[in-house]
Amino acid sequence: MLAQTDLAKLIFGRLTLDSLPLHVPIVLGTFVVVAIGAIALLGAITYYKLWGYLWHEWFTSIDHKKIGIMYMILGFVMLLRGFSDAIMMRAQQAISFGDSHGYLPPEHYDQIFTAHGVIMIFFVAMPMVTGLMNFVMPLQIGARDVAFPFLNNFSFWMTVAGAMLVMCSLFIGEFARTGWLAYPPLSDIASSPDAGVDYYIWALQIAGVGTLLSGINLLVTIVKMRAPGMTMMKMPVFTWTALCTNVLIVAAFPVLTAVLALLALDRYAGTNFFTTELGGNAMMYVNLIWIWGHPEVYILILPAFGIFSEVTATFSRKPLFGYASMVYATVVITVLSYLVWLHHFFTMGSGASVNSFFGITTMIISIPTGAKIFNWLFTMYRGRVEFELPMMWTVAFMVTFVIGGMTGVLLAVPPADFSLHNSLFLIAHFHNVIIGGVLFGLFAGITYWFPKAFGFRLDPFWGKCSFWLWVVGFYFAFMPLYVLGLMGITRRLSHFDDPSLQIWFEIAAFGAFLIALGIGCNIIQFIVSFKNRERLRDTTGDPWGGRTLEWSTSSPPPKYNFAFTPLVHDHDAWWMMKKHHYQRPLSGFVPIHMPLNTGAGMIMAGLSFVFGFAMIWYMWLLAAVSFIALLAVAIGHTFNYHRDYYLSSDEVTRTEASRTELLASHV
Amino acid sequence: MSEITTTLPGSGPKQPLAFYDTKEHHPVNGTLLGFWVYLMSDCLVFACLFAAYGVLGREYAGGPTAQEVLELPAVAVNTTLLLLSSITYGFAVLAMQRNQRNPMLVWLVVTGLLGAGFITLELREFAHLISIGAGPQRSAFLSSFFTLVGTHGLHVTCGLIWLMVLITQVLKKGLITANKRRILCLSMFWHFLDVVWVGVFSFVYLMGVLP
Repeated sequence: MLAQTDLAKLIFGRLTLDSLPLHVPIVLGTFVVVAIGAIALLGAITYYKLWGYLWHEWFTSIDHKKIGIMYMILGFVMLLRGFSDAIMMRAQQAISFGDSHGYLPPEHYDQIFTAHGVIMIFFVAMPMVTGLMNFVMPLQIGARDVAFPFLNNFSFWMTVAGAMLVMCSLFIGEFARTGWLAYPPLSDIASSPDAGVDYYIWALQIAGVGTLLSGINLLVTIVKMRAPGMTMMKMPVFTWTALCTNVLIVAAFPVLTAVLALLALDRYAGTNFFTTELGGNAMMYVNLIWIWGHPEVYILILPAFGIFSEVTATFSRKPLFGYASMVYATVVITVLSYLVWLHHFFTMGSGASVNSFFGITTMIISIPTGAKIFNWLFTMYRGRVEFELPMMWTVAFMVTFVIGGMTGVLLAVPPADFSLHNSLFLIAHFHNVIIGGVLFGLFAGITYWFPKAFGFRLDPFWGKCSFWLWVVGFYFAFMPLYVLGLMGITRRLSHFDDPSLQIWFEIAAFGAFLIALGIGCNIIQFIVSFKNRERLRDTTGDPWGGRTLEWSTSSPPPKYNFAFTPLVHDHDAWWMMKKHHYQRPLSGFVPIHMPLNTGAGMIMAGLSFVFGFAMIWYMWLLAAVSFIALLAVAIGHTFNYHRDYYLSSDEVTRTEASRTELLASHV
Repeated sequence: MSEITTTLPGSGPKQPLAFYDTKEHHPVNGTLLGFWVYLMSDCLVFACLFAAYGVLGREYAGGPTAQEVLELPAVAVNTTLLLLSSITYGFAVLAMQRNQRNPMLVWLVVTGLLGAGFITLELREFAHLISIGAGPQRSAFLSSFFTLVGTHGLHVTCGLIWLMVLITQVLKKGLITANKRRILCLSMFWHFLDVVWVGVFSFVYLMGVLP
């Protein structure tokens, strides 16, 4: 046992055996399952002697393609966790009526909705969006890697460290019970003295460092590393949206860092920024966090818009309708996203003129967004539309997102918002745009670029099963919430008295169940596709008849991406090359300058994780040690000047020759 | 130009189009741009702290006011040290561009000493404030004051550590390209902190002592 002596306190801080949820059967059961799964996974890796392979080829890799894939895997694993939270909430709300109190006590339920929001935004949507940008964007602009390859690896591992802290909170201590934005005064030390909010703060701060650095990295990559001839107005639309998203990341995430730092100071140092006494002002927190939070929504949706643009043009066999207007719409949305934050709290009472200003700016955003929808529709118009899976997701998006957009405009009317604020109508609205927009976009993107990443297509049958279950499940799960919201039911309730509402919650739970089946089909799809990878193999590098440069190289691309740097003459560069009967170069290869792998990023992120954990549990000794170690490793890494090498022209020739052979054997 | 050339069908005089660059292609180094972007993101952190001070700077909660606790003479010395350190860093960069390693190192050391002097004075001010019961917990004004000024001080401290590391690296490796780039990055960082301090000095100290 850990006696509360001074020594134990110095080492373990406030962490005691009581912090382990040994008395909560649901959590204990989850822990046992997770532990068995983890042991099995680690055992399998050891048994098949994969540690060396993983370390050299993946963990320490600074190849943007591998980092992109690792981001996607992180996002998908965390999706499973975030969705478990979702279905637990749906089940609780469907049965917790009248005398029945369901199976989740309120303090557990509160942690679940907080964890659900945090995980879905920060550790599912963000990694997946960053992962796709990482994988696709350098290929689209004809680059060999990102501007700062080491930083890219470090950013990824910082995101993982943040995700691991959230996962730790499941089994050691508890997570925040404050909702996903942790408003004070509820998140102050007086109201939330336990470790939950500290988990929240440190997980987001550590992952936030990764996100910010990756934003800078991708931004510089797009500005500096485009292939010769690719002017700004010849960039693929996905690259344009990636540019705008990374501008938003760089301009928004520092605000989150600052506001969480202030909250941490209130909790750790006893300052009075957001307290209810000695001059603190909690509304400043709400303002600051939404100055980050609203651009964050566009950080997620803009790349999805980019994906739909690529998919629509490819599968309609037409150039994108209104390329320039698409670019300007994206830029306008980027700017406007900074002028609307107050619509998240019209009820703060800023007065009629302030509320009108923010209501109007919010409605204005629907204009460029509407322009985009029309551009996609006109691209399809008289196109030779092929309803492959990515295109199906795109059409489902267009229908669903328009509904979500319209309910958004309803919420933007301040008087209407006064009754809809914090109601289930709001919940339905933002799930409508995030699932219908971001998630459908990610699924379209995953299906579209999967053959590029792995060299074989995803199985269409299981993909379609997943598609229909997701789309139908979404409507079942969230349309009832609109109805309930209009009836005045507020969010975050774990129990209801009025039995007449139950049927709506049961319908919603049925929808969530369909989505669960959809996720199951996703997993089956991955397994089946892997098993049938020979049949689904993409030998051409261009399985869909694509238009942009990533389809000009092999699937999967060689580590140097392009044997020669492409020269670009128009947008839809690859389409134009095909029109001009482009011939692959077969000889004359030159050595290629490449970055070297390094483990420093993973080690530094690991130390950040330890530091965060120590801070959460007040283990000051461990915190100091890990912080000094972190500093030492970071400084030590700067003494490493040997960071690149030349890939010999022989190896390039060999790689290209094997591709020539592959192409010839499948004509 | 590539040996593979094609022509646009029916487009007047035949224009050969190359689709790839047969020579080794090096994109422009993006480090300085990346560092600029980082500085701008850091600037936003300061913007939030300035905003917090703007909102809370007069919330004295019955405690000491800015007029009572802020001492302009001490801050004048402080400010002079930091501004001078920017000038000496400028001299270091000039020496670097002339490839004069030792003069450059001397100027960097002088910069470091001035920066350390700044930090020492700032810590003395903080210690004094806390000793008279005007610590960061006392009121929202003091919370935002300590955080804004302290965050700047923390940045200067990081700059000092970075400076020491760089001096070691120049001693070990000389004025190679990578080191020159790092010296320029630290130069931008240092001048940036100077600009932020001008904001802190005007907004917090000068405006704070106004009635």
